[in-house]
Amino acid sequence: MTVHHIVGASVPRKEGWDKVTGAARYVDDMVLPGMLYGATVRSSIARGKIGKISFDPSIAWGEFVLVTARDIPGKNCVALILEDQHCLASDTVNHAEEPILLLAHADRHKLRKAVEAVSIDYEPLPPVHTMAESEQQSIIIWGADNTFKSYLVEKGDVDAVWKEAAHIIEGEYFTGAQEQLYIENNGVIAAFDPENGVTVWGSLQCPYYVHKALMALCGLPEDKIRVVQMETGGAFGGKEEYPSMIAGHAALLAMKSGRPVKIIYDRMEDMVATTKRHPSRTRHRTAVSKDGKILGGEIEFTIDGGAYATLSSVVLSRGTIHAGGPYYWPSVRIRTKALATNTPPHGAFRGFGAPQSLFAMERHMDRIAQVVGISPVEIRRRNFLKPGQTTTTQQVIREEINLNHLLDRALELSGYAAKKTRFAEENKNGMRKKGIGIAAFLHGAGFTGSGERYLNSLVGVEAGADGNVRVLVSSAEFGQGTNTVLCQIAAEALGLPYESVAIAQPDTTVVPNSGPTVASRTAMIVGKLVQSAAKGIKETLTKMRLLSDDYTPEQFRAACREYIAAHGALKSYARYEAPGDVYWDDEKYRGEAYAAFAWAVYVAEVTVDLTTYAVTVDDVVALQEVGKVLHPVLAEGQITGGVAQAIGFALYEKVVWQNGRMINNQMTNYIMPTSVDLPPIRVFFEELGNVHGAHGAKGIGELPMDGPAPAIVNAVEDAIGVGFQSIPLLPEDLFEALRPASVEQEAPSSTRGAA
Amino acid sequence: MNLPPETGAKCEVLFTVNGKAKKVLVHPMERLLDVLRNELELTGTKEGCGEGECGSCSVLLDGMLVNSCLVPVAQASGASIVTIEGMSAHVLMNPLQEAFLECGGAQCGICTPGMILAAVHLLEKKPEPALADIREALAGNLCRCTGYMQIFEAVARAARRRVRK
Repeated sequence: MTVHHIVGASVPRKEGWDKVTGAARYVDDMVLPGMLYGATVRSSIARGKIGKISFDPSIAWGEFVLVTARDIPGKNCVALILEDQHCLASDTVNHAEEPILLLAHADRHKLRKAVEAVSIDYEPLPPVHTMAESEQQSIIIWGADNTFKSYLVEKGDVDAVWKEAAHIIEGEYFTGAQEQLYIENNGVIAAFDPENGVTVWGSLQCPYYVHKALMALCGLPEDKIRVVQMETGGAFGGKEEYPSMIAGHAALLAMKSGRPVKIIYDRMEDMVATTKRHPSRTRHRTAVSKDGKILGGEIEFTIDGGAYATLSSVVLSRGTIHAGGPYYWPSVRIRTKALATNTPPHGAFRGFGAPQSLFAMERHMDRIAQVVGISPVEIRRRNFLKPGQTTTTQQVIREEINLNHLLDRALELSGYAAKKTRFAEENKNGMRKKGIGIAAFLHGAGFTGSGERYLNSLVGVEAGADGNVRVLVSSAEFGQGTNTVLCQIAAEALGLPYESVAIAQPDTTVVPNSGPTVASRTAMIVGKLVQSAAKGIKETLTKMRLLSDDYTPEQFRAACREYIAAHGALKSYARYEAPGDVYWDDEKYRGEAYAAFAWAVYVAEVTVDLTTYAVTVDDVVALQEVGKVLHPVLAEGQITGGVAQAIGFALYEKVVWQNGRMINNQMTNYIMPTSVDLPPIRVFFEELGNVHGAHGAKGIGELPMDGPAPAIVNAVEDAIGVGFQSIPLLPEDLFEALRPASVEQEAPSSTRGAA
Repeated sequence: MNLPPETGAKCEVLFTVNGKAKKVLVHPMERLLDVLRNELELTGTKEGCGEGECGSCSVLLDGMLVNSCLVPVAQASGASIVTIEGMSAHVLMNPLQEAFLECGGAQCGICTPGMILAAVHLLEKKPEPALADIREALAGNLCRCTGYMQIFEAVARAARRRVRK
């Protein structure tokens, strides 16, 4: 067998040339004959009963297609986990911007005017806007207690540790909502004909989520729904569940009108109406020994789910499991809950609960260090998980991970010790204070617990008579490199050149359900299945004696041709099989939470300007152990991109709420990092390998979102000696906390976020 | 933003697009972006924000890098416009495209056409840009995927290759 080095090499991105020439086809680039444009009339209030709907008589309504909840042929819901969210509100609305009515017209300008010419009366009901109000339960807006989901993780006897503790350290930490801000807004086209049913082309992550939702909504069988993913201009979780909503809307308009309907949100609609990262609150109470060892603790983690259940239970799950960080807890009690508020539902965003609870953990570690009187480095060293020890869910760490080694290397790469000394000296003078902070963290790859078993993913590989191979998966490319990495794996498994392997466009009539493109699962879990399916092709050909064990691409082609001539198509499928040693108890939330964790230590260096109160990040060292790096350039791009988003999460990106509605829903007033805002992001990998993933790969997509925010806020504290427990940390927050007493007297107000 | 032009008040606009004379019948306040995409089917120019923040709709208008979402088409009357589709023969194009592919400068690709036009615009003025020049020249083009590092590397690599030739 020829030795191939396709996996591990930075081969060209499969769809790269189309992207650099402008030829790549996104959904808004597609036009169908007779196509109409669709638009959504939304609720202007956060909660209430819908009253009279009036239509301004100056509009020629007869030209428009109009859809209300009454036109829904199937169930009026966006089917996902629970079916509590309506596709179109009919009696009541539970958040601002909730869709009520749909319009379509061939002329986009007329459509826009028509949307404004619909007015809706409401009988308002009292809304709940904060987690605190929601948990008070004086107003019930969802279920019996405003709680979508709660978890309890218990390990050891926490109640016994308080009396042994030399220190009991408490802290409360907050993270805000964050907009995914993919540059391509949400969009779909739907077409309908009675014979073939509904076809949807869209910008989306999970073709089969949309497929499932449309079956329920349209009341059509499996084979009468077709979902095709177009080139997708960024997603980051923001196109995990929301496309089921917008696809439903376009499908309803197409079914009613009999014409194709395109719905493309503009930026303001996308930001105001679609999902964001869940705001969170974490409370820690930790028992620590005299020498800084964690004895046990209580962690309360609460997230704001918005008005409907959507994915909150799953986001909460990941946040729960990551809440203890990469540390050994002899005993712990973790209580978590996802609460309902009258805001648009919060949803998937890179990291999925983990960046929230890890922000709290890593800020809290610095606080523990201060109380114990040791350094942030030493507190982590003394508590790191070691192989053989168990996590908070009692998962035994079987990997030979050495977190002290990762920490040492990150400190060395960042010049930590020398900088720490130099900054302490330099900060004595001047208004610009420098600081350096660290964060250690882990990120589980794949679905949590029994999730992968339920997903039951199926992957196909197909060989043609020309010897070219096609990978059949529903895993979507939206920038991360899915197409490229899965083709690398198939090429390597078959001993073929990378150029002979292509990936099918995700189309539910062509590709099997390999699960959603989420949870850092694609390279590791789907990749492994692609590898098995590809090997299946080879086995079929060798078993039929059409191919020997050692072959050239020409011999492979000849074998394929011969097989196909005799038997028809040459396809091989592989289905997920849970590793035998994975044990998980959904009731007790105990066991092997993930087949593998990626591990990381990040170091951030900042300058705090006490004249402008701005924080600038000067350097980030991102060191991670991610198993085998399948494609160095793509892997590095995942890390730099994630770090950039996390810097935004920490310092720039603030969703401003007013009556449950985002009021800064524009790129002019919701600020993401530009090319001049970011520091050098220096990426380093360690490769330990992983038995469960293809070639030992683990997931890496979400990991870089977890560490930068706490590292930055830790660095800010190092610079100015003031700890902040809430992000985003904007200049006005620093000003509030640091302003001189004289200013304080003139305008008294709480110093929110200050320690 | 994006105020709908009154329909029915169309007029003829003449300009040069990618080297060819074009005549369109549109409302004078129609956005150049929409005219390029819908009338001329040049869909390589993308809309990200519709308010001149993200740069995905960047085109060259008489050699200036502009956000085509902020240009009423009447203002482009008589101008020469170049979109990503019209750049294929440009001497800087191939080095930039190859460097973007090698360095990972394109992920989801939606900002890429605008980003590459901004890079061309920079390298035309400054063939040997420093990192600070690259950062500044691309500051009007937002990328949510890459964290920009690999884009900087791509632009620097393309510049080095051009200079060496």
